[in-house]
Amino acid sequence: MELTINGVPRATASSPVTPLLTVLREDFDITSAKPGCEQGGCGTCTVLVDGAPRRACLVAVGTLGGAEVTTVEGLGGARSLAAIQKAFNDRYAAQCGYCTTGMVMAAQALIDSTDEAVTRDQVLDALSGHVCRCTGYVKIVDAIIAASTGEFDHDDADDFAADPSQPEVEPKGAPA
Amino acid sequence: MPVSEAEAIEGFGDGGNVTVLAGGTILMPEVTYGRYPKGGRTLMLHRAGLDAVADGGAVTFGAMTSLDAVVAAGVEPLAAAAAVVADPEIRAQATIGGNLCAAPGVEAPRGDLQAPLLAMGARVRSVGPGGERTESVDEYLAGPRDRLVLSIEVDRPARAAYITQRRPHSHSYSVMAIAAAEVDGTVRMAAAGVAPHAVRLTGVEQALAGGASPADAAARATEGVEPHDDALASAWYRREVLPVLVARVIKQLQGG
Repeated sequence: MELTINGVPRATASSPVTPLLTVLREDFDITSAKPGCEQGGCGTCTVLVDGAPRRACLVAVGTLGGAEVTTVEGLGGARSLAAIQKAFNDRYAAQCGYCTTGMVMAAQALIDSTDEAVTRDQVLDALSGHVCRCTGYVKIVDAIIAASTGEFDHDDADDFAADPSQPEVEPKGAPA
Repeated sequence: MPVSEAEAIEGFGDGGNVTVLAGGTILMPEVTYGRYPKGGRTLMLHRAGLDAVADGGAVTFGAMTSLDAVVAAGVEPLAAAAAVVADPEIRAQATIGGNLCAAPGVEAPRGDLQAPLLAMGARVRSVGPGGERTESVDEYLAGPRDRLVLSIEVDRPARAAYITQRRPHSHSYSVMAIAAAEVDGTVRMAAAGVAPHAVRLTGVEQALAGGASPADAAARATEGVEPHDDALASAWYRREVLPVLVARVIKQLQGG
């Protein structure tokens, strides 16, 4: 099965009924999508398939021939965070972080679906299948609305300058 | 991998040893749990078409029509039921055919569309042993469900109502769901969550046809149902609440 993950053409020999989540994590070492409930109920494994949010645990890789899959690794690198990542950081929208990647991908899809700032109701609907057991959601919703307003579309340099004492670390599976 | 209805039918054959992957929202957890596959073949339908919605008096949904497309078609009470299944990501993936075919039993509180389809008197077109046939959804659900569903046809009811009892969580399974539809002056009503699969509430239907008051009709809601205990609710709770929900559905149907 051949598909594109974060812009990189990939091929897997896994059985066609293997969940995309398993393929991402075990075949390609792309670990942002998390195994949570693994039955579609929690949302932490959500990735984009051809731009649409999908539970990676519920998608058979055999259905993805030619598809474009995007995970958090494909949104932005360590020194070039996407607006939605900056917003989650700035608004303290993550605590343990386990649900965060799924939330970020669903939020990105929502933001991409409109040219306008998203409303609270739109966020609540889009994320209604995503559970967080730490933050209580308010900061998550605020972060997504803020990201959609363009507030975090500025250059990284000011607020997110890399610490020069730390090595650049690119996440596994990031675009080459 | 079939790329047309004809190829899907050929691939299904007599259905022996074949498991159908439609949207995948029910089958894929079985893979994760290590319960599937255990031999046999998987028939993947995602490229087979079968997802067209045709509106020509009656409305025909291809079996692979996604639940959000069912919502968009706006045929009540089906659309109202589809709109509250899970969340937008699941509704974009899950299909009307897969929902109809959800396995019966207390382990799987799925198949929420069965109740509206029963209430609407839907017709199910399928292939399998003996070739193609079209039967009522009542007959289909009562059968062994070993056939490949191709399409589901419904009429637009003159009036419709739908109500679902959920636990206080945005993404919960429904404990019970009641659907009602009036076609040609006759009210049909069905409930999910009170038996191994959705069932008609024939006692209520008869009472309404006989001119009973909403309260008297609702009192017959538990006739013929077999509620069960599960993680969502006890059988006792279901028996107690079912008539209340039915009363509300009658009120909704009658424009109250």
